[in-house]
Amino acid sequence: MSIAEGIRELIGEYAERIDEDRLEEWPDLFGDPCRYLVISRSNHEAGMRQGVMYAATRGMLLDRVFSIRRANLFEPHRYRHVIGPIRVKSTEGETAVVHSHFIVARIMHDGVTSLFATGRYLDRIDISSSTYRFRERIVVLDSDKIDTLLAIPL
Amino acid sequence: MSQSGLTAEHGVPWPSNGISEIPFRVYTDQDQYHREQERLFQGPTWHYLCLEVELAKPGDFVSTTIGETAVIVVRDAEGAINAFVNRCIHRGNLLCLERQGNVKEFSCIYHGWVYNLTGQLTGVAFEHGVHRQGGMPPEFRKDEHTLRPLRTASMGGLIFGTFSDATPDLETWLGVDVTRGLKRVMNRTPHVLGRNTQILPNNWKLYFENVKDTYHASILHLFLTTFRINRLTMPGGIYINQDGGNHYSYAKLDYEAEDAEYKDAGLRSESEFRLQDNSVIESVDEYGDGVSVQILTIFPGMVLQQVRNTIAVRVIRPRGVDKTELEWIHLGFDTDDEEMTERRLRQGNLIGPAGYIAMEDGCIGGFVQRALQYNDSGAGIVMMGGHEAESQTFRASEAAIRGFWKHYRALMGD
Repeated sequence: MSIAEGIRELIGEYAERIDEDRLEEWPDLFGDPCRYLVISRSNHEAGMRQGVMYAATRGMLLDRVFSIRRANLFEPHRYRHVIGPIRVKSTEGETAVVHSHFIVARIMHDGVTSLFATGRYLDRIDISSSTYRFRERIVVLDSDKIDTLLAIPL
Repeated sequence: MSQSGLTAEHGVPWPSNGISEIPFRVYTDQDQYHREQERLFQGPTWHYLCLEVELAKPGDFVSTTIGETAVIVVRDAEGAINAFVNRCIHRGNLLCLERQGNVKEFSCIYHGWVYNLTGQLTGVAFEHGVHRQGGMPPEFRKDEHTLRPLRTASMGGLIFGTFSDATPDLETWLGVDVTRGLKRVMNRTPHVLGRNTQILPNNWKLYFENVKDTYHASILHLFLTTFRINRLTMPGGIYINQDGGNHYSYAKLDYEAEDAEYKDAGLRSESEFRLQDNSVIESVDEYGDGVSVQILTIFPGMVLQQVRNTIAVRVIRPRGVDKTELEWIHLGFDTDDEEMTERRLRQGNLIGPAGYIAMEDGCIGGFVQRALQYNDSGAGIVMMGGHEAESQTFRASEAAIRGFWKHYRALMGD
């Protein structure tokens, strides 16, 4: 498998695990430590670091999943990710810098479907072994407005 | 129906003169909503505008809204902070479209009318016509025209504005206790760590009441209980100002006992449900008084929170009778080192639109709003802890919610 194919596979797997409600397997796609940050474009471009969701370890990602499953209360819903062109910006040794675009639809339990989020993934991917992992995934949201709440990771 | 609310002679009727039974129609009635914009948001109340550090230099401005009304706040050449309605006096166009920036003057894009940083009209394009034809009549004098001004005040690095000349000075209006609570949290120079806005599918009051509701926290928000985070809380309390609308509630935490508890946790049965990574709750007693949670509200639309080491201003902006924008402005302080910043960012997972102990508040108001759809007769019950809105030394109480309604009824005149 080429580097480009491996990266495409990882990014596709990421969307599939979330959209098919396999959230428990979602943290496995990250290294440990890692950096996962959901942040608005306006915050990101202003050099601010506060986002909506943040994890610096795989443990923090697991806690997010456990909390969604067991603690937090909200109306059941799913996402559908559509990932745009995946562009490998550089490969420096063991890390590939990869950018891609996404659109996420939110499908509520009663069937109401809406456009929930659009934006870019800014990734640093560990390509040192045959199993690629995210060292860093920054989810840059085009809008700084979130409808109702953000429970499931984007 | 005008937007002014003047058409409605009376607001939604109340079942009694009390403040412990709330007619459901206040959350659904369009006329009530108009009256609120006029009597509360443009009435004798102080509203958060921005941080003082956002207006560091002359010409720095922020455009925002108070309720639905667009306003500009700017530092002028003399260093004074001025605020005015963001509406050109000529044809009513929005004068300033950017959210933040630096200008020498404000110039309307529509017909080029110009205002200085005190809001004074200084320029009218083609004032004397073209080739002496047209132009403004001789009796029109620019120096008689200004943008509609607001009064401003600042405290703890936060800038407030009010539309009304009748609003008492900020400190008097907040009351002794709430002033103390605000100054306690804002005791250093703040900077913005980031902002997030949540669109809430409900009437603005349902969110503001939720913040004042010390009763729901351990029932609706299950994060701390689920992960067996022993809160070890010592008795807290609620302070409510005399008008009722401003308040703060607080709870103390035995930080050292919590630390010890976590060190023990490693020795416990692995079947027990625990956080994999404690850093989301690892806090330091940055105020040195053991208070780990302080939630402060300023009537009718501002919240200042300290939840452990997360500091945030929340601004509630009505956007129609059943829609509300909630802006979270996450703060750090000039004394923070990298470790403290990282701590605030990790604990940031507790609050905001995806907050472990906050996300439910984003949807609960919408559930109420849905239940009230063509089903808004009768009144809700707000009697936990009595019928009055007095300060209390316990938190299983709805006193602060009653305080909101006390102030609300007084200003609405119903």
